[in-house]
Amino acid sequence: MEFGIFTVGDVTTDPTNGTTPSEHERIKNTIEIARKAEEVGLDVFATGQHHNPPFIPSAPTTTLAYIGAQTKRIKLSTSTTLITTTDPVRIAEDYATLQHLVDGRMDLMMGRGNTGPVYPWFGKDIRQGIPLAIEHYALLHRLWREENVDWQGRFRTPLQGFTSVPRPLDGNPPFVWHGSIRSPEIAEQAAYYGDGFFANHIFWPASHTERMIGLYRRRFEHHGHGTAAQAIVGLGGQAFMRRNSQDAVREFRPYFDNAPVYGHGPSLEEFTAQTPLTVGSPQQVIEKTLGFREYVGDYQRQLFLMDHAGLPLKTVLEQLDLLGEVVQDLRPQFEALRPADVPSDPPAHGSPLSAAPVEARA
Amino acid sequence: MSRLAVVTAGLSEPSSTRLLADLLAQATVGRLGPETEVDVVELRPLAHDLANAFATGFPAGELADAVEKVTSADGLIAVTPVFSASYSGLFKMFFDVLDTGALEGMPVLVAATAGTARHSLVLDHAMRPMFSYLKAVVVPTGVFAASEDWGSGGSVVGELRTRIDRAAGELAGLISGRPAGRRTDPFADVVDFETLLNS
Repeated sequence: MEFGIFTVGDVTTDPTNGTTPSEHERIKNTIEIARKAEEVGLDVFATGQHHNPPFIPSAPTTTLAYIGAQTKRIKLSTSTTLITTTDPVRIAEDYATLQHLVDGRMDLMMGRGNTGPVYPWFGKDIRQGIPLAIEHYALLHRLWREENVDWQGRFRTPLQGFTSVPRPLDGNPPFVWHGSIRSPEIAEQAAYYGDGFFANHIFWPASHTERMIGLYRRRFEHHGHGTAAQAIVGLGGQAFMRRNSQDAVREFRPYFDNAPVYGHGPSLEEFTAQTPLTVGSPQQVIEKTLGFREYVGDYQRQLFLMDHAGLPLKTVLEQLDLLGEVVQDLRPQFEALRPADVPSDPPAHGSPLSAAPVEARA
Repeated sequence: MSRLAVVTAGLSEPSSTRLLADLLAQATVGRLGPETEVDVVELRPLAHDLANAFATGFPAGELADAVEKVTSADGLIAVTPVFSASYSGLFKMFFDVLDTGALEGMPVLVAATAGTARHSLVLDHAMRPMFSYLKAVVVPTGVFAASEDWGSGGSVVGELRTRIDRAAGELAGLISGRPAGRRTDPFADVVDFETLLNS
């Protein structure tokens, strides 16, 4: 099972002292966070993609390639790559290049994005979000598997005899996840291709995630990629830890209360009861995380959001030290519960599952 | 057997908005039959959850249950007090957290209360357009109750009773004529990918 972190890349004022990192600091801090993630034994670092302030990751493959050059082992991924507003030809080229540079130590996650103006800025219409995700990915899927592609669709200039370069490393396209908070169509899309499905999970109650994952698993089996239990599932999570849980609550509360997305809404106590957020001791995080499998089944990737809401770099790095310990405990516990025929890890470059054509994965 | 949902945004205790909602529900059940299930959703206790839903993007706790009760019902009675020439903010918040299409085709009876009859156009200038936008089917008769309509001792004077009965009859008629099992579960009845791909 893979454990890692995913970052939104928000530049947020630290509510406890009013300081705001510059974009330069935030970008460099992100690199340091990724290096630290590898150092503490995590398996995955994933970055989001955004095209408006207060976010910095507009060019995820640039950042990931830089991290790749400074790390040895950690897998690089996205959370998410905007399949709606990014030209699928650019995605094919950028991520295939990244794949070569890091010797296959990467995968990526498709997402639609949710900030309205970004769509028109890139010549798209947010009301077409689902059709864009479906058509663009269908093209991307072909570009990584076929040369001399002839293609025509609704949203992009037609292609005649187009070959996306570089070709995927060893002829082996990167593994793809599809992330969605609330759209059954995206779970169906992931199931159709036999790709992974990632439930962001962190802003929504467990009952909702359970339904999304349940649908994806059922349809993964329907489309002939394996049993429902063998579908490739990833989950988001969110934690803030101190040895003493009261210290964690005291320290994190101002960040929670002012956090982008959910700040100034529910209390910390309400939110931790309703969502995967855990604020407390490492042991509490272990217990809560193990509980996820009770409603989504045995899964392959767990990512945590650790560096948002204005938390200073020093604190984030301390959090990663604790997360490293948590993950050491979680690994054997998850594996002890996992049936033998359910894969521990998602497909990686060169792994048998990933090397097989989509139709043959079952 | 039909399930009737009643949403009431009254704030005081006792509330004339709740009273009107109850009278409308009773009259509708009278038409549909005593086996009709009625779920009353009082919005005041959900005020905190509603504000949270705006901050987090999802309805939690008792609000999630209330949303489920309303969106899965066969018909809806929606009653609000008039605030600043419109429905109350609390009333609007509840309908703002529903998913797009959640009330599509839903028979709805709109009703409102206020101190004077001068506010009665709120039914047709605020409530009806909102439910039209949500693609609900609003019955022709809306029921407005001003303080003077209540007479003394909480009894209902003639004209208000007439409007209640007419509106309830219209709502019951729409509910009875409506095919059962209207709502589909998007997680159970997924559109096959080949269809999505070719659409």
